[in-house]
Amino acid sequence: MAITLTQSAANRVETFLANRGKGVGLRLGVKTTGCSGMAYTLEFVDELNEEDTAFESNGVKIIVDPKSLVYIDGTELDFTKEGLNEGFKFNNPNVKDECGCGESFTV
Amino acid sequence: MALLQISEPGMSAAPHQHKLAVGIDLGTTNSLVATVRSGLSSVLSDEHGHALLPSVVHYLKDGSVDVGFSAQKQQNLDPHNTILSVKRFMGRGLKDIDVSMSPYHFVETTSTEANKSTANQMVQIETRAGIKSPVEISSEILKTLKIRAEKSLGGELVGAVITVPAYFDDAQRQATKDAARLAGINVLRLLNEPTAAAVAYGLDNASEGVYVIYDLGGGTFDISILKLSKGVFEVLATNGDSALGGDDFDQRIFCWILESSKLSPRNAYDTRLLLSKAREAKEWLTEHAEANISCLLSDGEFVNLTLSTDQFITLTANLVQKTLSPTRKALRDAGLTIEEINGIVMVGGATRMPQIRKTVAEYFKQTPLTNLDPDKVVALGAAIQANVLAGNKSDADLLLLDVIPLSLGLETFGGLAEKVIHRNSTLPVARAQEFTTYKDGQTAMSIHVVQGERELVSDCRSLARFELRGIPPMVAGAARIRVTFTVDADGLLSVSARETSSNVEANITVKPSYGLSEDEITSMLKASFNSAEADKKARMLAEARVDAGAIIEAVRAALAADSALISEQEKLAIEAEIQRLSAIKETQDADEIHQAVEALNQATEAFAAARMDASISRAFAGKDLDSINL
Repeated sequence: MAITLTQSAANRVETFLANRGKGVGLRLGVKTTGCSGMAYTLEFVDELNEEDTAFESNGVKIIVDPKSLVYIDGTELDFTKEGLNEGFKFNNPNVKDECGCGESFTV
Repeated sequence: MALLQISEPGMSAAPHQHKLAVGIDLGTTNSLVATVRSGLSSVLSDEHGHALLPSVVHYLKDGSVDVGFSAQKQQNLDPHNTILSVKRFMGRGLKDIDVSMSPYHFVETTSTEANKSTANQMVQIETRAGIKSPVEISSEILKTLKIRAEKSLGGELVGAVITVPAYFDDAQRQATKDAARLAGINVLRLLNEPTAAAVAYGLDNASEGVYVIYDLGGGTFDISILKLSKGVFEVLATNGDSALGGDDFDQRIFCWILESSKLSPRNAYDTRLLLSKAREAKEWLTEHAEANISCLLSDGEFVNLTLSTDQFITLTANLVQKTLSPTRKALRDAGLTIEEINGIVMVGGATRMPQIRKTVAEYFKQTPLTNLDPDKVVALGAAIQANVLAGNKSDADLLLLDVIPLSLGLETFGGLAEKVIHRNSTLPVARAQEFTTYKDGQTAMSIHVVQGERELVSDCRSLARFELRGIPPMVAGAARIRVTFTVDADGLLSVSARETSSNVEANITVKPSYGLSEDEITSMLKASFNSAEADKKARMLAEARVDAGAIIEAVRAALAADSALISEQEKLAIEAEIQRLSAIKETQDADEIHQAVEALNQATEAFAAARMDASISRAFAGKDLDSINL
């Protein structure tokens, strides 16, 4: 399995990285907080840790730590607009249940 | 599901705890709101894709309020209830504004719940929705921007950075804050507009430099000179012309149309039509060599003209030149030459005009920064600052703390607070003040650092205490203790005390802004305004008590040394006065204490004269007249 970015997500990430002026890629992860157990994290990466797994999708380097990978393997990250709001969306096949707003989930 | 943004490494927010913060450019003509998403600052547009919100508020017949483009359309139809350029009235009194220039019904100020902190000086406008203060009108604009931001970001805002002109005084800044509070916005900080523009260009990442911010908006021109040192911007000088802007360029084209077409003065409809055609032509000429102006007037007359760039430049040459005079003045006030300027930032839609850019480039002998949208640059910079203040960046990113929110000082004898650094001083700052000892032979001094605007230490916030020991024994008042307060760019305060003859020194470092929320600062400030009179009395009482204590101390020391010089009866009389003063000293009446001090002075007059004689005869006894150096 792997983690992938849609073309629109990849374009946005490239823009953001270029604007930021530094960073090697994008880190996807999960934290054990939130109303339904786990929450996604999305961060810029300045340096890799030894245990990290790296993927490449549409020209963007995606970095995941091994603990997070088991929960999000197979995820496709998309960039969408909803009304005036815009942002990244996790399409994660492992998810069984989400909280109302979708910010946290269980597997 | 929720939409996520990319955070800085290690700064991911917990679910439902996103620190959404925005920057707001509350402009005279237009306002904007911007935010930082995934590290990129961008302006938030409304449902129709408009980034700019005209700063126009219309009070409708049905009691509702309209803000923006729809309100702007009403300005000629319902002028009394459509408020434009309310920023010009913020924190201003009736005497500060030219009433004849505005269509509004200005009224004397009355204090209401919403404006009580600024009511004393601010003008109000009568509308069909009642009497409105500029604060209330501005808050309508801010509310509209807040709703737009919350819709765009999908959550509640933790706060906003709102920009104000660098020349705004305390009343105008306070009015802006009140407007935000009324709109339900937590103000993270007010930021000077030129500083925001400099931040948008990332100039704060350089270590130091001097920058000129050239801001030609719709109706106002502002020039600011900023000095950056250690990541903090200091405003060196500001100047400008409050009646010069892009609208004047439209007016020139309008006049040219009338002249070229040999038109008589037009009615209101034609004037509006021709002005909007003039504006279109101006904007077209930014990227094209010539503009076509054609329209059908109300009397059936057809206008069809072509305006070339060269003609446009000639028509408006003196307007462009008019911006250089305030620029020269600002440079002179800052004591700088053109060669010392490290960069020029262009702000305001009117700076898109090529002739403006060319003139500025020629004047400063360097190309101005223009790659960000000049309409948005201030809002973009405010958003970057809001993002830092909301805590979305790591601590390593420097916080732009440009002024001291509350005065810093120390406790002096009698529980009085002596201010050393006054509030609103720009950072970094260092101030020194000299103090002395109160008792003969005093060898140590306790230094109590306090923060606040009140006169008594007990009403201020205690920050730190330390002691200066090893002062050589001297008579009271002879020691010179130099206390230096230094606040660095991070808002860190260090206080050092040094006795100048012996060079003994002690110091301490404190962080004054720690733990003080904006609300606490505000309530401390309000308390200082409300209790100004009581504080003054308390200070006078404390000072009188200190005086009384000092004279009692001195007379007792004299009696102990020289009581042989006076009769027992005189001695008893003096002691009685001391007793009386000691008792009165504990009362609450400064005047009575002063009188008792005076009484003791009189009672000791003969004694003082006797002591003087005695010490002179001691000094001269057995000495040859020639050996005395007179």
